Amino acid sequence: MTSTTLAPAAPLTSETIETDAIVIGAGPCGLFAVFELGLLDIKAHVVDILDRPGGQCAELYPEKPIYDVPALPIVTGQELTDRLMEQIKPFNPQFHFSERIDALSRQPDGRFRLTTDAGTDFLAKVVVVAAGGGSFTPKRPPLPGIENYEGTSVFYSVRKIEQMRGKDVVIVGGGDSALDWTLNLAPVAKSLTLVHRRDDFRAAPHSVEKMRKLVEEASIRLLIGQVVALEGANGELSAVEIKTSNGNERLPCTAMLPFFGLTMKLGPVADWGLNLHENLINVDTERFESSEKGIFAIGDINWYPGKLKLILSGFHEAALMAQAAHRIVYPDKKVLFQYTTSSSSLQKKLGVK
Amino acid sequence: MTKITFIQPDGESQTVDVENGLTVMEAAKLNDVPGIEAECGGACACATCHVYVDEGWREKVGKPAEMEEDMLDFAFDVREESRLSCQIKVSDALDGLIVRVPAKQF
Repeated sequence: MTSTTLAPAAPLTSETIETDAIVIGAGPCGLFAVFELGLLDIKAHVVDILDRPGGQCAELYPEKPIYDVPALPIVTGQELTDRLMEQIKPFNPQFHFSERIDALSRQPDGRFRLTTDAGTDFLAKVVVVAAGGGSFTPKRPPLPGIENYEGTSVFYSVRKIEQMRGKDVVIVGGGDSALDWTLNLAPVAKSLTLVHRRDDFRAAPHSVEKMRKLVEEASIRLLIGQVVALEGANGELSAVEIKTSNGNERLPCTAMLPFFGLTMKLGPVADWGLNLHENLINVDTERFESSEKGIFAIGDINWYPGKLKLILSGFHEAALMAQAAHRIVYPDKKVLFQYTTSSSSLQKKLGVK
Repeated sequence: MTKITFIQPDGESQTVDVENGLTVMEAAKLNDVPGIEAECGGACACATCHVYVDEGWREKVGKPAEMEEDMLDFAFDVREESRLSCQIKVSDALDGLIVRVPAKQF
């Protein structure tokens, strides 16, 4: 790791969570990692940017059937997530949802210091990066110059409703996020316009109903069209240009909230000094360890010769990773290889005996 | 084999041969046609395989189904002739199909 990350970070506080392993990502591989680590008495905290477990399975294809998970001829993304959550229950993993690990550095004692974007602080002996395709981040509309307004006039989420008080707000989208925020912000915004490409919404019917009532009362405006350009200066939006079936309209506004779904971005992982192979973490196939001792990578986020981005591969990688992690977490203990079918100590841990 | 022509924003065109039963997206990927990302691999979960169907082919290709319409909400510069190419199945009826690749995928 670069020498700047070896320098002591901000002092540890009483709030710093000390644990054996931090698992970055609560998708199928991160979840199964909890199981394999748990069998070896390694306690894990799991961090994920989404507000629930499942990763790509839960976010991209919860209802879609997966046909290639061993022993499950058909299983949906959500079912797989639920089953894994059931499987890891005996190990009581601690989840930190809606957070993303931003900073990672090595302490003088060899442990890792990790901090999330919400300020949660961890100290761990090993790190398991199970980040899949990357952190789910809001999709950025490909409008020229939009980056200049992000954080000042263009927002992909709203931390405080008060932030929008008195503003001329434009919300773009047709799903639950767009409709929920339309309903939440209508009372505080100076004006609010909901823009969607068609007069049909994916959002929950009762939200759509409430929105239509607000339009009827003229509390908000519904504009069917697509944003094609932004107008403003110094990070302050003054208007957006909307293409409608009746030509283009210039809509004055001071804040825009685009809700176009999520996409996966490598994110902070790229900044930790790990050897990457085309934006994937290079690992060995004995331990699935990165170029940094104690930092492992499993699932879609890693690369090695022959790598296949399959869930089953990630499961295998978790098992071998756990053995290697054990040598770091318990340097003085020997790993006794046991089978869950015959070992009473494993069965006790699983709560089945 | 069915012929499909992809026209890039700069006018460059590419005609490929593809087996019936595959999708227009797969035809693009198999032949390295630029501009079609297909991030989700054809699961109708991303909207990055967006194409514009040539006027003469719109009726034969048809309109998007509900799930595809939902996903088109996430595409950029959606027009009457927009379709997600992973949802267009290739058949003899589409022999000679012409689609235009958008300037950007979202």
